[in-house]
Parts: sequence; structure tokens; C-alpha cells
Amino acid sequence: MADTLATPTGHRPRTGAASGADVTSVPGPASGPAIPATATTAAAGPVTPAREGARRGWRAAGARAALWLRRSLALALLAAAWELLPRTGAVDRVFVPPLSEVLTAWYDLLADGRLLEHFQASLVRSLAGFGLAIVLAIPLGLAIGWYRPVADFLSPVLELFRNTSAVALLPVFILIFGLGEPSKIIFVLYACAWPILLNTIGGVRTVEPLLIKSARSMGLGSLRLFRKVILPAAVPTVFTGIRLAGAYSILVLLFAEMVGAKAGLGYLIQDAQFSFRIPEMYAGIITISVLGLLFNLLLVSVERRFSTWRTSS
Amino acid sequence: MTIAGHRTASGEASPVTAVSIGVPRRTLVHTKIDVRAVGKTFQVRGADRPFTALEGVDLAVHEGEFLTLVGPSGCGKSTLLDLIGGLTAPSGGEILIDGRPVTGPGLDRGVVFQQYALFPWRTALANIEFGLEAKDVPRRERRALARHYIELVGLAGFEQRYPHELSGGMRQRIAIARSLAFDPDVLLMDEPFAALDAQTRESLQEELLRIWEKTGKTIVFITHGIDEAVYLGRRVAVMTSRPGRIKKVIEVAFGSREGDLRADPRFGEYRHEIWTLLRDEVAAAQEQERTLG
Ligand SMILES: Nc1ncnc2c1ncn2[C@@H]1O[C@H](COP(=O)(O)OP(=O)(O)OP(=O)(O)O)[C@@H](O)[C@H]1O
Ligand SMILES: [Mg+2]
Repeated sequence: MADTLATPTGHRPRTGAASGADVTSVPGPASGPAIPATATTAAAGPVTPAREGARRGWRAAGARAALWLRRSLALALLAAAWELLPRTGAVDRVFVPPLSEVLTAWYDLLADGRLLEHFQASLVRSLAGFGLAIVLAIPLGLAIGWYRPVADFLSPVLELFRNTSAVALLPVFILIFGLGEPSKIIFVLYACAWPILLNTIGGVRTVEPLLIKSARSMGLGSLRLFRKVILPAAVPTVFTGIRLAGAYSILVLLFAEMVGAKAGLGYLIQDAQFSFRIPEMYAGIITISVLGLLFNLLLVSVERRFSTWRTSS
Repeated sequence: MTIAGHRTASGEASPVTAVSIGVPRRTLVHTKIDVRAVGKTFQVRGADRPFTALEGVDLAVHEGEFLTLVGPSGCGKSTLLDLIGGLTAPSGGEILIDGRPVTGPGLDRGVVFQQYALFPWRTALANIEFGLEAKDVPRRERRALARHYIELVGLAGFEQRYPHELSGGMRQRIAIARSLAFDPDVLLMDEPFAALDAQTRESLQEELLRIWEKTGKTIVFITHGIDEAVYLGRRVAVMTSRPGRIKKVIEVAFGSREGDLRADPRFGEYRHEIWTLLRDEVAAAQEQERTLG
């Protein structure tokens, strides 16, 4: 049982980092091709440095614009389809109103302050749960990963709970903590703790043995070894867990807010649907997507700051 | 007063006797590493009896000596190095450093591993500082020492690079600099140049010899290359196939080390001698592997 916790199933650090990089990385073209390009112009004939520099600048700007265009094309097409299909009657505009109507509804929600209120409620809950999960799961994961006795003691319980869905436990949380904020925060905490915990354990356990050997050969004791080798080596894996947890924090919170809440974006979406304010419902959905996206971008950039040393592949 | 007097008395005593008896200088040198009847067995999962990697290894490495160690693959060279480094304990016999038994790893010995075990989250400079941190050298001094050693291995200007931004040869040089920086008496090197191309290897070999001559450290250097063993080692220890023992220690003596050593006819003779010693052992090792399955 202890061994099954060793590998963070489904949260492999490599794939995690790769999927994160997809979102924001600007692979090369911004500056990369500029070098071979100048090489060819130089070979073609004498070019003054100033003109060469200007040309390089233009090329880089052009490449960046092309990349931006390629990346936003699919989004633009989606928006166009959303606007046109309901208008042409291809889809029922009662159930899928055109994008412009949704945006108008969104603006109205923003203007009368309701959006901010729901947004704030959701943000506070997810940040609280997420933050608590980080504070609790990282130390616990480090202890389990590093101290065999702790792992042996806790593994059976953790295995049991790991296979218990957070959703299944929501009624229990509501029963114990009531319908208010605590039950929702604990629900988010529970869901967020797993990816962080499992990745932390995995990160500590999968430190390259040669690095440990190398550090030991320089006479490092157990405590220093942990601080100077195990901890830094585990950081990228821990961050992958944190980033996954960030996404979970919003996903699961939405569910909790749909089940029992008086505020929050989940409540807004659910309530709008019940009272047939369909454009408002879509406005809520868009808000939650953008929130998730921004949260992920933030975490990816933090993650990158902490693991600049990783091979960029 | 008495201490000072005692010091001069003993300090003068030994060179005088050495000269008067007329013993060659070599026999007077102090034994740095003394490996005595060392054995190492491993408990292997699923096997009913332990696996013997080393048996009855006897080897004395002199202070300031460059000793190369060759032997067939799997004969226990790395195992022996781990034992000397104190990373594992022998199952039998004992290992003495300066006459004191090895009880664990220490900063008196520096290990350079075959697979450049650099810390990927540390820059080249910070990697070199690692051992100095372990030694509690103050920060400023640490910086200065690390800079000195990065220059020594010819990598000034690469201080802020991460290991993945360096070539294999550069990484190995950083690993060597890291081991040199905390100033161990003994350098234990496990096939450090094996993964490099011929040119890089040759330049690093020369660099290592230069550093050795300058610092006078005791070096034990494992290699698969007979040429490398003869070129670097002042003595070459040849191991038997598993369970590994020291088969023979060959003294490599050239009249002068100036010029192209590899073109010296004696280089070929040493080379051939070691090759012959190894041939039988490699054949034995391969036979062993086949029967082991
Ligand atoms: N931890 C271990 N557990 C079990 N067997 C081991 C262990 N370490 C080494 N061995 C065995 O001991 C023998 C000697 O291994 P060692 O790594 O010292 O060989 P080597 O001489 O360095 O070989 P190579 O030249 O290929 O590096 C091998 O047969 C190996 O399988
Ligand atoms: Mg080896």
C-alpha cells in the first residue's frame, strides 16, 4: 500500500510541465529565426548594420503577429459561429443566444454590481481552500515522502480517502460544517490537497539517487541533505501539483455552489438557468472560464520562476 | 620551548636517516589509502546466498600518488570506490585513510562520478560552492574559492550557466572543480571521461595531470581505457573478474614525461602488458555473465 502512493498517478511532472507550457510559451519564432535570416542577407550582399537591424526588427514583429494571428484564429472562429448560428436559426436562440446578447448580459451584470459580488464570493472560497491545501499538503507530503515510518503509518488511511471522491463527501461536509462558507472551503481544500500531496510525495521519492549519493559523499547529514538536495529537487514536481490544484479549486467550487449557496458564480449560473435568464447563465460560464484561465496563467508563471533550471525542451 | 625543540628534532631526523641509509625516496612515502583484505557482498532479492562483488582486495595508495584502476566490467571497481568514499561499508576487511579506519563519507575525500552528478537547480558556480557550504566556509570566501576553481578548469565566463546549458565535457569539469574546491586530500574518480569524445578527453586528461602536479592530491582513477590508465597513472592496478581482487599493480615509469608520451615505445609495452592481463579476466567475466543468465 505504501508503494502505491509513491508515484503520483496521473500527475506525472513531465506531462504536467508540458501541458502548462502549451498555454503561454512562445516557442522561438519571436527571436529565433532572426539569426539565420541575417546570415542569409549578409551572404547575399553588403547590408548596412542599421538596415539589417531594422529588417530584423520587422521580421521579428511580423513573426510575432503571425503567431498571434494563428493562435487567436480558432477563438475568433468560435466567436463568429456563436454569433451567427443562433441568428441564422441553425441553433435555437432561446437555448443558445448570440454572443452579443451574452456579452450585453455580462455587461449588465457587471454594471449592477452583481457579477462582482458573485465573483468575489467564489474567489474567496477557492483561494481559501486552495491556500489551506498548500499549507497543509506540502509539509505532510514532505514528511510522508522522506520518513518511511510516517508513510507506513498514514498510507492506508490516505489510500482509502484518495479513492473517495470529494463530491461523495460534500454531503458529509455540509452535514458537519453547515451550509455556510466553512463546508465549501473544506470541500475545495479536500479536492486540492490530493494533487499537491501526491506530487510532493512523488517529488521527494523520485529525487535522482546519484544526486543524493553525490551530496552524501560530501559529508551532508540527513537534515542538510533534505534542505539542500531533496527540497530543491522536488520543487518542480510540487509546483505541478499546485497548478493542478489551482484548476481543481475552481472546478469543484462551482459544483458546491450549485448544490447549496446563496452567492458565487456557480450559484449565479444555476439560478440564471432556473429562472430562464439564459444570456446571464452564459455570462457566468464565460466568467468562470476566464477566471480559470487567468488563475492557471498566474500559476504557470510562478512555476516557471521557481524552476528556471529545468531543461526547456 | 620543549615543543619547539621536539619539533626540530623530529623534523630533522627523518630526512637524515633517509639519506644515510640510502633508501630510494619512493619507499619512504606515506600510505594514504590502505585497503586491507576488503570484501563486499550484496544481498540480492530472490537469491538464497549473498552476491560477492569483492573478495580479499589489498591495495595501498601512496600519498600524492596518481593510481589508475582497470578491470573488466562488473568486477567491482565502482564498489571499491564507494567503499573508499565511505558511501557503503565493507562486509569484511578494513580501509584506512592516514591510518584511521573509514567510518563514513567525509570532506577529506572528493568523489567524481561517471554521470556528472551536478545539481541541476544550481548554476555552475553554485555547484562548485556546494562542498564549501557543507564545510561551512563563509559566503564571501566561498564565492572567491568557487571562482578560482572555475578558472582552474578553464570555465571562467560560464559561472551563471545551469548544468543543462553546458556540454558534457564542461559539466564534467564543473564536477571536478566542485571536488577540488573543498580541498580534499584524496580524489576518487569513477570513469570521469568515459562519455566524452577523444579530443575533449585528451584535453581534460592533460588538465587533470596539471592540477594533480600543482596540488599534489592523491588520486584514484577508474577507467576502461588502457591508454588512459597508462597515460595518467603512475601505477596501474589491474583487477580480476568478479569477485574482484587486485591482480597486479604495474609501475609506470618513463624516463621523462616531456613530449608525446603515447609515441614512447615503453608506452606500447605497458599497454600490451595490461592488455594481456585484462584479456583473460574479461574472458572470464563474460563466461561468468553467460552462466549467470
Ligand atoms: N547495490 C547492489 N546490489 C547488488 N549488486 C550490486 C550492487 N552494486 C553493485 N552490484 C554488483 O556488484 C558487481 C560490481 O559492480 P560495480 O558497479 O562495482 O562494477 P564495476 O567494476 O564498476 O563495473 P563497470 O566497469 O561496468 O562500471 C556487479 O556484478 C554488480 O551487479
Ligand atoms: Mg563502475
